[in-house]
Amino acid sequence: MTIASSSPPSRLPVGGAAKARSKPRTRRTDVGENRGDGRLAALFIAPALLGFVVFLLWPTLRGIYLSFTRFNLLTPAEWVGLDNYVRMVHDPIFWSSLKVTVEYVVINIGVQTVAALAIAVLLQRLTQSAMLRGIVLTPYLMSNVVAGLVWLWILDTQLGIGNEIISAVGVDRIPFLADETWAIPTIALINVWRHVGYTALLLFAGLQAIPGDMYEAARVDGASEWRMFWRITMPLLRPVLAVVLIMTVIGSFQVFDTVAVTTAGGPANATNVLQYYIYGSAFGRFQFGYASAMSVALLVVLSAITVLQYRLTRAGRTDLG
Amino acid sequence: MAAVTTTTPTTLRPVRRRFPFGRAAAWTVMGLILLITLLPFYWILRTALSTNAGLNADPTNPLPVDLTTSGFERALGMQSAEEAVKQGGAGGGLDFWRYLLNSVLVSTLITGCQLFFSAMAAYAFSRLRWRGRDKVFGLFLAGMMVPAIFTLLPNFVLIKQLHLVDTLLGIALPTMFMTPFAVFFLRQFFMNIPQEVEEAALLDGAGKVKIFFRVVLPMASTPIVTLGVLTYITSWNDYFWPLMVSYSDSSRVLTVALAIFRAQTPATGVDWSGLMAATLIAALPMLVLFACFARRIVSSIGFTGIK
Repeated sequence: MTIASSSPPSRLPVGGAAKARSKPRTRRTDVGENRGDGRLAALFIAPALLGFVVFLLWPTLRGIYLSFTRFNLLTPAEWVGLDNYVRMVHDPIFWSSLKVTVEYVVINIGVQTVAALAIAVLLQRLTQSAMLRGIVLTPYLMSNVVAGLVWLWILDTQLGIGNEIISAVGVDRIPFLADETWAIPTIALINVWRHVGYTALLLFAGLQAIPGDMYEAARVDGASEWRMFWRITMPLLRPVLAVVLIMTVIGSFQVFDTVAVTTAGGPANATNVLQYYIYGSAFGRFQFGYASAMSVALLVVLSAITVLQYRLTRAGRTDLG
Repeated sequence: MAAVTTTTPTTLRPVRRRFPFGRAAAWTVMGLILLITLLPFYWILRTALSTNAGLNADPTNPLPVDLTTSGFERALGMQSAEEAVKQGGAGGGLDFWRYLLNSVLVSTLITGCQLFFSAMAAYAFSRLRWRGRDKVFGLFLAGMMVPAIFTLLPNFVLIKQLHLVDTLLGIALPTMFMTPFAVFFLRQFFMNIPQEVEEAALLDGAGKVKIFFRVVLPMASTPIVTLGVLTYITSWNDYFWPLMVSYSDSSRVLTVALAIFRAQTPATGVDWSGLMAATLIAALPMLVLFACFARRIVSSIGFTGIK
């Protein structure tokens, strides 16, 4: 956008006319930037546009449409108006799924943001080693499935090394993933383990943009690291932090994989997160219409959160300069 | 940091006296973080190289118990059913060679096509002039607001109508053409390529197509490689979508196979040795891929999130 409006519009098309097209200025001569590479652009944009329309735009509209239908995949969808939404409002499992999901997101994002911030600051203030940054990122290379299975094994009540250590200390073994109160926090922390490094590196990149002489000046004034963190790092990192928060919260709401391989929604719906319930409704009970309605609800929640967070954290505005 | 401490000794005396403690504490925290990050990887390896009987008898041994490759043989389908059951496996034929190949095919197809088509679109959005460009780009940006998960159900219905369920193409198709993010990401870099470079090529008689292949793509190779590796990792690790689409060995990828392995728990308890061996098979290629490009990715990862 910026290039198009700031550069003299005549330059590129004239040069580009040499070979790319046959009729450079016969048709539209009104606005410079509209002249030009139309055909070539159509060719270049075609595959991506096709993918966009067929696999993103159309499914989005169709998902909204399906939420107003009864649809079992085998017979054509049947319009039922708001039935699915009425059912949703009266479905206790939907509400408990939503509650469980929010619980998960709060723990996951809370711990992950603080930990990622700590790691990013440590990486910045302690060492600039690229190797350490690489190590911090390694869990992110695993799939959620792998992360879930590894921790399932480590936290196994009978044989897991985690519980062996706990019982060696003299505390009772904890059935982390089989207990109603422990399961959600455990899954939230497993996903922190996988994602915290990536989040930390995003924040680290934000920290790199803070001029180093600010810290030097503060140090000359005798400020402690703690004070510098609150007075320099936090205010200047805020816009980056806000963007990262919006991204991670949206990602966090979509939790599915870890639940599917560790607890399968149990015990007693304690980890039946919304996405897992939606999957079960669609592929277990073939209620694609109802599943779509819940997906729309999730979409609305996520959009609202994005707007709210954007407003609250004043994302996009920086205190720098 | 070291340079600063030596410049103004008078004001820095108190800071210097206090600092080592804080620094030591900070390093301790850092060490702990690294430990939590890396130990599970060692534990996968240690478990994969143990026998199930050994794991039962000696769960706390930091080294592999009864060092063996039986877990890997089981995961790769190299053991007979009876032998597998004897070793604590489920005996259900799982062939991780097959799933490995499927994962490689799907991820390569997605990454290759998505990268190329997204780069083409990004070129059209950044370097070509055409009517409605900003409007179409705005539409792509709006597409970023739709959570990926929302389109999965309708996309499944579509893939089913196309009779592509349980095929590798069906798994790859929805993300093969583009993601709005990839287009957006590459456009940022293409816009930063100086006009002069392009003009020089134009004066030499190069067409826009040639400029795309000979100038723009090579000059943006670093972000393209970074995006490529991240896309490969993402599609390799994807579980939800392949779970919906694949039903049989012909299209089963590693993540789905792992979950199935976990679900066929034998009567004697989970086959941890075989499961961790399979886990390692699924994870190792990404570790190797990352090791090859680590430096480049680590230093440019910031761009992937912050716009």
